[in-house]
Amino acid sequence: MSRQQSPVWRPGMSRRNFLQSVLAVTGGLTVASCGTPLGAGLVGSDVAPGTVDYWDLFGGGDGVRMQQMLDRFREEHPELDLQAVTLAWGNPYYTKLSLATLGDQPPDVAVSHLSRVPTFVAAGLLQELLPEDLERYELTAENFSESSWEGCQIDGKTYAIPLDTHPFVLFYNTDICAEAGLLDGDDQLVPLDSEEALVDALTRAKEVSGEWGAVCSLDADTATNWRIFQSLYSQLGGEVLAEDGTEIVLDDDKALQVLDYLKSLSVDNALMPSSVDYGGAVALFASGKAGFYMQGEWEIATFQTAEMPFSMTLFPNVYGGSDYAVQADLHTLVVPMRSGEDQERTDRALTFIQSLLGQSLTWAEGGHVPAWLPVQESAEYQDLHPQSNYAAAADAAVLDPPAWYSGSGSNFEIVMGSAIATVRAGQAEPDVAIAQMHDDLQVLADTAPPV
Amino acid sequence: MTTQTIAGAGTVAPAPPVQRRRGRGRQALLFLAPFLILYLLFVIGPTIYMLIMSFFDSSLVRPGLGSFTGLGNYIEALSSEDFWSSLWHTIWFTILTTPPLVALAFVFALLADRVGRGRWFFRFAFFVPYLLPSAVMALIWIWIYTPAIGLASDWLTSIGITPPNFLGDPNWAMISVVIATVWWTLGFNFVLYLAGMQDIPRDLYEAASIDGAGPFQQITRITIPMLGRTTTLVAVLQVIASLKIFDQIYLMTTGGPNFSTRTSLLYIYDVSFTDFRTGYGAAVSMLLFVVILIVSFIWLGIVSRQERGV
Repeated sequence: MSRQQSPVWRPGMSRRNFLQSVLAVTGGLTVASCGTPLGAGLVGSDVAPGTVDYWDLFGGGDGVRMQQMLDRFREEHPELDLQAVTLAWGNPYYTKLSLATLGDQPPDVAVSHLSRVPTFVAAGLLQELLPEDLERYELTAENFSESSWEGCQIDGKTYAIPLDTHPFVLFYNTDICAEAGLLDGDDQLVPLDSEEALVDALTRAKEVSGEWGAVCSLDADTATNWRIFQSLYSQLGGEVLAEDGTEIVLDDDKALQVLDYLKSLSVDNALMPSSVDYGGAVALFASGKAGFYMQGEWEIATFQTAEMPFSMTLFPNVYGGSDYAVQADLHTLVVPMRSGEDQERTDRALTFIQSLLGQSLTWAEGGHVPAWLPVQESAEYQDLHPQSNYAAAADAAVLDPPAWYSGSGSNFEIVMGSAIATVRAGQAEPDVAIAQMHDDLQVLADTAPPV
Repeated sequence: MTTQTIAGAGTVAPAPPVQRRRGRGRQALLFLAPFLILYLLFVIGPTIYMLIMSFFDSSLVRPGLGSFTGLGNYIEALSSEDFWSSLWHTIWFTILTTPPLVALAFVFALLADRVGRGRWFFRFAFFVPYLLPSAVMALIWIWIYTPAIGLASDWLTSIGITPPNFLGDPNWAMISVVIATVWWTLGFNFVLYLAGMQDIPRDLYEAASIDGAGPFQQITRITIPMLGRTTTLVAVLQVIASLKIFDQIYLMTTGGPNFSTRTSLLYIYDVSFTDFRTGYGAAVSMLLFVVILIVSFIWLGIVSRQERGV
């Protein structure tokens, strides 16, 4: 075969012409496409001028509710276009948010967990919201629950607007608890505010359900392990990090007390499963195989859909006494930094934020405790059960300690949650787990902050 | 036949006139351009950038490269326990997956090759799992492995065996991921083997059976030796694929329980994206790159020796 002599290659000329024209056409398209995200990305212009670009990380029931709120915003503000993007929770979301901001193509408004805000501020990725702007939109301290507003202030400046607090709570199966004699005259759960009271309740619930007293996700879920530990540990007044994470102040005695107790629940007394993943825990509770379920309040939608008899209340105050404490985080709305002064953009962003906050009641139906006081104090919210049962948790909220490696879905939660899981699964003794926490945290504490 | 002619033209053909070759080179480049441009843009470019970045304390939340740290990142990685344990988990996963994925693929291909009627069905059945996206495969196996209510525990309990906590026990997690992976990726090697077997001239078997060789002898004396190159190819591709393990583990265990399935790529993901430390992540990536490069060279050596031997 001698391809070079083949006449087939004569028409190659026309192929070349064809290729050239293809290139020309593609080039033309690229230039013409400045209005598209790709075009805007290439020339660095605003993706869609005059539009509110909004990013969030809400899936499931939250996602549906947020969609309703966005539709309402579109109705209220026909003059503003809205481009909403939902990304996967956790790392994928925060990675994209920080890269988009670094690339000067950030959304106008984004959702961020409050525990992530200090890191973003340290990295200079968030725009400060000036008091005069906030005043024009009534986004001022007196309209927010005190604890949530305080959390959004960094060095006296406002970088985030709180949307809600989402605490770790206790779900209970009302049928099982009634049969176990755990409901009071008003059909509310009796207080379970000591080690013994909780063990007693779980034992009785276990007898009724025939399987488990309570379930709390354990496998492949470092975050939930951290949440249950942190709730109990902070009731004892324990702290893990100090000096922005450069110092480890883990109190071994208090941690040991909590881990011993958690171990007794799952391993020694088998009141809770020592091996169950997130989906499994939901399934066990939804199918009536456990009397209690411990998780953030956002799972409310799942059990409502399952049409099961359940209610919710504060996570038990096992150690706190008069100082109740519980693990929580806040969803906040932030305005990522974009180069150049652009008052119009700020106004668009604040208009949008104001609209979302005004619809806090819709949001609260998904379980979150609204930060917006006009709604939190409204009769409608007070009558919203079981959502308002645990509203007090917002003021007792304990967030992840401030550090560049801490916050929702962070390596801090992975390190702590992994060690806690070994105890709850009966794979390691509490003292071994505590030693592991110290070792792993030390590596992070010794690393120079990347922000 | 066609393949042979083209291969001949490419490798053995005497040098054509120099001018013409140059002209065709330009033409060839034009046709290769779409690939080359994308390859430069998305593979070579980022690789060079990663190499440069590995000498800086770059961060995901800071623009630019950051400050120069020399070999600091490499020293930190090499003295980090987490780095070594994740590298070991990667190698352990490779050791556990490669032999079954080569041997089982061979056995199943052999069986499917013997089937007279409905061979397409077996070929299809073994290949289908490979077509599943990793997320679907992970979900299926998470359901199978779920403690208490999962399929596997259900079956094992019904025959009187206490099921282990497949994904929750550090001793079992890796093995569970390995089993799922073997089921998922076996089809690819299976098809390679099947194609290799169909290339073996049938008269060899005929001649062997006339000479009195039984089925077993035919396999050991004809099939296995004739598939030598296929086996090398399958093994090389498998080792490299296993060293790059990420998807299934990220989805099924996220590196747990207690880091027992955290492989190198998961470690790189954790430090680069969870901890924002892209400079350090780049250095660890370079180290993993070197490991894969070494493995590739070893296999290349074996292949070239094989080819000289043939």
